[in-house]
Amino acid sequence: MITVELPRALAPYAGSKPIIELEDRCSNVGEALTALASRFPGVGDRVVDERGAVRQHVNVFVDDENIRFREGLRTPVSEGSNVLIVAAVSGG
Amino acid sequence: MANVPHDAARGSVCVMVGTMKGAFFAWSDGSREKWELDGPHFKGQSVYALAFDDRDGMSRTYAAPQSMHWGATIRTSDDFGKTWSDAERQNVRFPAESGLALSQIWQIKPGRRDDRDVLYAGVEPAALFESHDRGESWAPVEGLLNHEQRPQWQPGGGGLCLHTILPDPRNADRMAIAISTGGVYRTEDAGKTWRARNVGVRAQFLPDKYPEFGQCVHKIVHHPSRPERLFLQNHWGLYRSDDWGDSWHDIANGVPSDFGFAMLMHPHEPDTVYIVPLESDEFRCTPEAKLRVYRTRNAGESWEALSEGLPQTDAYETVLRDAMAADSMKQAGIYFGTRSGKLFGSSDSGTSWREIAGGLPPVVCVRAATLQQSQ
Repeated sequence: MITVELPRALAPYAGSKPIIELEDRCSNVGEALTALASRFPGVGDRVVDERGAVRQHVNVFVDDENIRFREGLRTPVSEGSNVLIVAAVSGG
Repeated sequence: MANVPHDAARGSVCVMVGTMKGAFFAWSDGSREKWELDGPHFKGQSVYALAFDDRDGMSRTYAAPQSMHWGATIRTSDDFGKTWSDAERQNVRFPAESGLALSQIWQIKPGRRDDRDVLYAGVEPAALFESHDRGESWAPVEGLLNHEQRPQWQPGGGGLCLHTILPDPRNADRMAIAISTGGVYRTEDAGKTWRARNVGVRAQFLPDKYPEFGQCVHKIVHHPSRPERLFLQNHWGLYRSDDWGDSWHDIANGVPSDFGFAMLMHPHEPDTVYIVPLESDEFRCTPEAKLRVYRTRNAGESWEALSEGLPQTDAYETVLRDAMAADSMKQAGIYFGTRSGKLFGSSDSGTSWREIAGGLPPVVCVRAATLQQSQ
């Protein structure tokens, strides 16, 4: 099982649940996000854009490591991994 | 600022203000002397596009809030923002095969009066979307999405945006749109094909000053009673076309600068247009530090400065392309907002002005809804 932690802003699009447990077999974070989007399309729309890229001001961590500094959406996940989705430090 | 739920009383005027950090609604009665501010709606999100749709007895507001983090969605309200739709899916999305991703929604435009379910949206990267179910679902207009000149369109300072949509109220197959930078395009076959319509419009920033396309058009307007006559505020240049954009001629007669963004058509007078000139592209502030609206009442033959009630010293203001609007009262109300967060209004067609609100976030869009013709 893979656990996905959502920010408060996205919980309404996931049945008000801030933590999602994925039973799907996923080998990397891209597959985990695809599985998440298939269950909660509104979350998927807001985390990745139409091209499948993580939005510019969104950060995704796998076991506390930012995937931008690992292998992006190809960053491996495995049984017990924790995927954390957060809004980046940005604004104006 | 208090968030004041408002019961929309008949006879009211609502000025809808999109800012970098949310939308605000300013309400007044027909006198338009005292105003009550409601907001922010979509707190923390930029709102570059707002529209009011009163076709078929509706009073529907459309907004395009954009979260810096989570993207943009078109949302609707039938009670002036007491409640907003919140679609699970983001309803304006490029098809995956396009290779494009929505950056921002710049414009929402209700369709013709007899197409009551139809709306259009202009977005960045430059594309036109249409809805046939009153804004619930949207799809790109393929003829423009796949236009052969698209690869040569270039982003302006605000991005590569389609910001102006002018359907022909008399011909369901005809529409003009404007892209910065791409220029004016027109369809005569309901969006299947589009032709650049920029003859006579200067591109100051290109080696070829009069290319077929590539102009940085900032805004075009027209009046429904004379739709073939278009007025254009360019990135340097004021123009008029009397043939739906087939040809353009210069009308910068007596303005302190022909650089600017905002342009507005008077709701009742097809020869009356408003602009707010800015000094230059390098200093995008009002010339001589005076905030002046310029008005022509003869289709651009001459322009007059309107300054009564507007700051005339130390006014380094900028009014962006969609930050100007008119109500449809008999004596038209004209409104505009500034990047410094001020909202000004006139209840006498621009002759005199008063500040309606100050201290707002930077204003990027202004629209006005008239609930009843009471005066």
